[in-house]
Amino acid sequence: MNDEKLYGLTALFDSPDKIVLATRAVVKEGYKAFDIYTPYPVHGVDRGMRLKQSRIGLVTLIFGLMGVALALLLTWWTNSVNYPLIIGGKPFWALPAYIPVTFELSVLFGAVFTILGLLVIFFGFPQNVHPLHGTDFMKRVSSDRFGICIEAVDPKFDSKRTADFLQTLGSEKIEPIYYSLLESPGVGTILNRKFLLSLLFVAAVSSGLTYLTLNKLLFLHPWISLAEQIKVLPESRSTFYVDGFAMRQPVQGTVARGHMPYAFVGNMKGAEKFMINPLTPTKQVMELGRRDFNAYCSPCHGYFGDGDSRLQGQFPNPPSLHSDALRQASDGHFFHVITEGFRNVMPSYDQQIPEEERWAIIWYIRALQRAKHAKETDVP
Amino acid sequence: MIAGRHPWGSNQGAVAFRKMSYTVLMIGVLINFFSYAIEPEHSLFSLVMSFAFVASVGLGALFWVAIEYLTSAVWSVAMRRVFEFLAGVIPFLIILALPLLFNLHEIFIWTHKSYIKHNSGMLIKLPYLNAISFTIRTIVILAVWVLFYELMTRNSLLQDTTHEEDLTKRNIKLSAAFMPIFGVTLTLFAIDWLMSLSPSWYSTIFGVYYFAGASLAAMAMGTLMVVTLNENGLFPVKLSRDHYYNLGGLIFAFSNFWAYIAFSQFMLIWYGNLPEETAWIIPRMNGSWAAISVILVFFHFLVPFVGLITRSAKMKPQRLISISICILLAHALDIYWLVMPAYSEKRAPFSLAELSFLLISFGFVFAVFAQKSKRNSLIPVGDPKLKKSLEFQI
Repeated sequence: MNDEKLYGLTALFDSPDKIVLATRAVVKEGYKAFDIYTPYPVHGVDRGMRLKQSRIGLVTLIFGLMGVALALLLTWWTNSVNYPLIIGGKPFWALPAYIPVTFELSVLFGAVFTILGLLVIFFGFPQNVHPLHGTDFMKRVSSDRFGICIEAVDPKFDSKRTADFLQTLGSEKIEPIYYSLLESPGVGTILNRKFLLSLLFVAAVSSGLTYLTLNKLLFLHPWISLAEQIKVLPESRSTFYVDGFAMRQPVQGTVARGHMPYAFVGNMKGAEKFMINPLTPTKQVMELGRRDFNAYCSPCHGYFGDGDSRLQGQFPNPPSLHSDALRQASDGHFFHVITEGFRNVMPSYDQQIPEEERWAIIWYIRALQRAKHAKETDVP
Repeated sequence: MIAGRHPWGSNQGAVAFRKMSYTVLMIGVLINFFSYAIEPEHSLFSLVMSFAFVASVGLGALFWVAIEYLTSAVWSVAMRRVFEFLAGVIPFLIILALPLLFNLHEIFIWTHKSYIKHNSGMLIKLPYLNAISFTIRTIVILAVWVLFYELMTRNSLLQDTTHEEDLTKRNIKLSAAFMPIFGVTLTLFAIDWLMSLSPSWYSTIFGVYYFAGASLAAMAMGTLMVVTLNENGLFPVKLSRDHYYNLGGLIFAFSNFWAYIAFSQFMLIWYGNLPEETAWIIPRMNGSWAAISVILVFFHFLVPFVGLITRSAKMKPQRLISISICILLAHALDIYWLVMPAYSEKRAPFSLAELSFLLISFGFVFAVFAQKSKRNSLIPVGDPKLKKSLEFQI
C-alpha cells in the first residue's frame, strides 16, 4: 500500500430517485469535488449538482467560425487569386456558390473540434488513465446501479466522516478507491516513449506489408501473359538509344498517309495567285458549303456573312464578307485564311474542315456575296 | 390545480386582450376599406397578404398539433390547446378568401386574356390556372382544412370532460391521415395564391418555402402566447424553463430550416441563371426590394440564430417573447416580399394598405384566439398525458 494513494470514496445506490436525493444531500453538505455516475441520463441529477452551463459550446462556436473563415479564404484564394476561372459566367468570387462548402466546413470543424475539445478539456487527453477504471464500482454504474464518488481532494473530505455520511443516505455499498502513484494524473502513459516507438513500428510494418502485398494483389491482372509484353511503351525511357527516348522521330520529310501538307504555309500571296477552286458549284456542293458555313463560320461571321456575331461581344466581330476588297479577292485568299487563320483573331480551321469542304464553303461565300449585290437581271 | 376548468375567459387580462384584439382587427378592416376607396387594387393585394399570413399561422398551428399526436410527444401536451386555438382561424379563412375570389381579375394577371395571348408559355398552364378551377381548388382546400381542424379539436375538447384515452388514439389516426393531405394542400395553396402572382415563373421548392415560414410563424405565435400567459400568471398551470427550452429549440431549428430552404431556392435560380427563373429574383435583388431582402435575412434568420443559440437563452422568457415577435414581423415581411413585387416591381410600397395588412393579420389571429379561449380551458385538462407533461425535464 506504500505506492498507493486514496482517490476517493464511492457509494452505490439502487434507484434513480435515491441518487437524485443523494446528489442534493451531498451538495447541501458542502462537497465540491464529487461526481455522479449513472448507466443512463437521470433527470434531476445535473440540476441537483448545480452544474454551470458547459463551455464546450464555445469551442464549437469558435472552431465553427474558423471553418467558415477557412472556407471563404480557400474559395477566394483558389478561385479569384491563384487560378481565376470563369465558371458559368459567374464572378470569380461568387459567394452564393460557396455558401454550401462554407456551411459544410463550419459543421465539419465544429463537430471534429468539439470531440477533440471534449477529449482534451474533460478527459485530460493525453492522460488516458483514471483511478475509477476497471473498478467494481465502474462495472456496476455502467450496468445497473447509480453511484457517487466523493474525491479525497475535497477540503471537507474525511474518510471516516464521509463514509458515515454516505451510509446515512442509504447507500448499499461504500468502497474506497486507491490509485497507483505511477499512474497519477499528469503522467500520461499514452506519451510513454516505448509505447510511441512500438506504435510507429507497427504503423511502418503494417503499411509496408500492405503496400508490398495487398497493393500488388489488388492490381494483378488475371491474364498477365497478354497485359505484360516486352515492348516499348509510349513516352518511356530507353537505354538502347543514345538520346534516351524510346519513341523515334520520323525521317525528315515524311508525309503521313492520306495527308497532303499545305503548299503555301505562311505564303498568302502564293495562295492567292496559284490556287484554284477545284469544285464546280453543283447543288450538293452548295448544300455542303451552306451546312459547313452555318456550323463553323456563322457564330462569328453571322448567317449571311455580315460580321454580325452571335457571340454578343465576347469575341471581336469580324469584318463583313461583302466588302469590295473581299468580293474581288481570289478563292485562294479565302482558302488560305480558313487554313491558317487570320491575324491571331480567326483561328486555323485546318484540323476541323477537310480541304474539299473548305472549297465548298468558298462557293457558298461567293453565293452570299452575289446575293447581297444582286442585279435586276439576276431575277429569273 | 390541474383539475377543473380555469376561468381565463373572465379574467381581467383576458377581457383586455379580447378588447384590444377586436379593436386592432376593426381598425385594420376600416383602414382597408379606406384604402380600397383610394387604390382598390393595392388594398386587394394587402388582403392577399393577410390571407396568406393568417392561413400560414393557422395551418402551421394545426401542423404542430398533428405532429404532437403523431410523435406521441409528452412535453407539449400542456401547450397543445394554445395551438388548437391558433388553428381556430382556419374556419374563418373563407371570410378573407371571399372578397378575393370575387376580384381575381384585379389580382392575378393570368386572368387577363391579353396576357395569355402574349405569353405562349401560359397556354399549357391554362387547364390548371383559370378562374373556375382556381376557385374550386381554393374552396376544396379550405374545406379539407376545416374538416380536419373540426374533427381533431372536437376530439380534444371532448376529452376535457370524458378523459377518454381512446380520443387521443383517434386523433393520432386523424393526424396520420392529415399529414400527406397537409403537404399536398399547402403546396397547392402556396402555388395558387403566391406563386401564380407571377404566372410564368416557377420554383419546385416553393411549397416547402411557404411551409417553412408557416411552421415557424405558428411556433413563434404559440410561444409568444404561452410564455406571455405563463409569465403573467394567466396560464392555468405553471410551465417550467424546460418547456421554454423546447419551444426555443423548435423556433431556432425552424428559423434555420427556413434559411436553408430560402437559400436553396435562391442559389439554384442564381446559379442556373435561366431567364424564366431569374425573372422573379431580379426585381427582389434591385432597388428598395434589395433592402427588404437583406432585412429579411437578418430578422428571419440571423437575429433568431444569434438570439437563441445558447442553452440559457432558450430558457429566458423575455428573450423568447422578443425573438417570437421578431420572427412574426419578419414572417409578415416575408409574405410582403413574396406578394408585393407583383404589384409594384420597382419600389417597395408602403401605404395604408400595408398597415391594414399588419393590423388585420395580427388582429384576426388574436381575436380568434381570445374568442376561443373565452369558453374553453387553456390546457387539455382531460388528456391522460397532462400530468407527465407538467413534470417534464430536459
